[in-house]
Amino acid sequence: MERGEEKMSHVVETAELAKQDATYLQALTELLFQLGDDDLLIAFRGSEWLGLAPHVEEDVAYSSITQNTMGHAVMYYNLLEELGIGKADILAHDRKPQERRNGIYIEKRNGEGNYLDEPYYDWALAVVRNYFYETFKKIKLEAVANSSYKPLANVARKVLMEHPYHLAHWKLWIKQLSNSTEEAKKRIQDRVKEAWEEFEDVLELGKHANDIRSFGLVSIGEEEMKDRWLDEVKSVLADVPEGSLGKKYGNGRNGEHTQDLEQAIQTLAEVYNSDKTAAW
Amino acid sequence: MYNYVEDGDSKTTAYVEHDKAKYDAFMARIEAGEKIEADDWMPEDYRMALIKLISMHGISEIMGALPEKEWVPKAPTLRRKLGIMAKVQDEMGHGQLLLRVAEDLMKPYGKTRENLMEDLLNGDLKFHNVFHMPTKTWADAGMVGWLVDGAAIISQTNMLDASYGPYQRALQRICQEEVFHAQHGESIIMALAEGNEYQRDILQESLNRWWPSLLMFFGPASAETTGSSKQDIMIKYKIRKSTNEELRQAFLTKYMPRVFSLGLTVPDETIRYDEEEEKWIYKQPNWDEFKQIIRNNGPRSKERLRLREIAYENNRWVRQALATEPVSV
Repeated sequence: MERGEEKMSHVVETAELAKQDATYLQALTELLFQLGDDDLLIAFRGSEWLGLAPHVEEDVAYSSITQNTMGHAVMYYNLLEELGIGKADILAHDRKPQERRNGIYIEKRNGEGNYLDEPYYDWALAVVRNYFYETFKKIKLEAVANSSYKPLANVARKVLMEHPYHLAHWKLWIKQLSNSTEEAKKRIQDRVKEAWEEFEDVLELGKHANDIRSFGLVSIGEEEMKDRWLDEVKSVLADVPEGSLGKKYGNGRNGEHTQDLEQAIQTLAEVYNSDKTAAW
Repeated sequence: MYNYVEDGDSKTTAYVEHDKAKYDAFMARIEAGEKIEADDWMPEDYRMALIKLISMHGISEIMGALPEKEWVPKAPTLRRKLGIMAKVQDEMGHGQLLLRVAEDLMKPYGKTRENLMEDLLNGDLKFHNVFHMPTKTWADAGMVGWLVDGAAIISQTNMLDASYGPYQRALQRICQEEVFHAQHGESIIMALAEGNEYQRDILQESLNRWWPSLLMFFGPASAETTGSSKQDIMIKYKIRKSTNEELRQAFLTKYMPRVFSLGLTVPDETIRYDEEEEKWIYKQPNWDEFKQIIRNNGPRSKERLRLREIAYENNRWVRQALATEPVSV
């Protein structure tokens, strides 16, 4: 647990106290945007799947997970609002791509087509992405559950109560599909290989990683998170690609993103943008 | 959300009197208010009417998720995003619940859920008229919750004491959830009604567009309108209580005052409540158009079915992977 580093942090009980140290505030803000933006984007991609899942039971389950996950994003944006960064709705709907901190793999389109028209979505991508993400989310949440920022630690503990069901759901899917028909195995393997080239930034803490760690905002660093993630994934999947993880399209933690994020923001903010002054 | 509607093509299955004693005992049970269970003996036309009713109800819940789903990713605030996600998830849940009830009834015919999906895609299984309509603005997301689900509550409450136990129990839960949906819709509508000019405009435009569909929601008043009606058999077997027209009247009585109190109008200048006749007088919607809509010739019928078809085709490999034995789908 890298216990030696714990002494560098002290507990910060409120937003007012967090705001008194500019460096602390900046590191905390970065971390909250990572948490909030990851959940917002994966929930957005989940909401595009609604009504298109492999069977009705899955539609019910997946939309329930998606709804919870959107709820988690809301909690992080609310923490940012308390810190004076901006209104939660504005943070979710009205930030430019370069201001967003989600991992790039999270913003990836569900497949070809649009959710309204000819959506050739790929269930193998949904399963691999959600399994990889939820596995990572557990590790990050556990690291945040002892955060020096008390309000964040409280939120993380709440989220951790719902999270085991989400992870169990996707773990079951990836195990089942990896042990079934040749076609299913191949589809999953192809998506795993693809994820291997793109997932690395999800596991990172971005430019302010050192401050995030040294202020005790997380209880383990990004290297430890990466190791734990790899251990867990390797214990579930028989074959993982041999090479190391990559960031094929850049580092989302630093505000680098793809066209896919622009499409996502445009859609999720379409009504919001139609009249920004309106109360909806 | 749902109501039983006629497509005008269906033939009423004639009751074949195999066993008069069984039939009399069955009728005595439902007359006494007892519930019929999946394994109980039931007349063929009762079973057929239930299969048709419940499979259409179930599939309409699932198809009904599609128009609303168009607005789920786009909901304008975080709170609205959470609300509409929860709402549409409920509707899928209703679909699941009802398909299971229908599956039990279909068992003697060797039919499964796969057959229902295929019937939907080849046009044999109809889905409710409202879900063939386009959604154009965020106001439609509110309108579906407020008035479409409001209409559904009225038609489903009418069956809360239905003689078939599994359906009757599913409806208890569905109706409870629909009340939340109507409140969710009403909340969206209130925000628009109290909003700026643009918001009030999209609200009124939405109501104008949905009005004929809302009147059609309860189905034609009598068989003469569209060529056939199952109302009679449904009432005889105590599946439902009121007629289509009685339900439509109840809807108007409940919602017209609310519509007017929000400063909204409906596209029917003649609509009024006649105190002497004690009923609403209104302009009939175009029932020929209704027939076209439920025959999958509505404005968005093809597109919505296409979405289901793509999902069905795209996920074929998943169904095969999940099947314990190789399946030929």
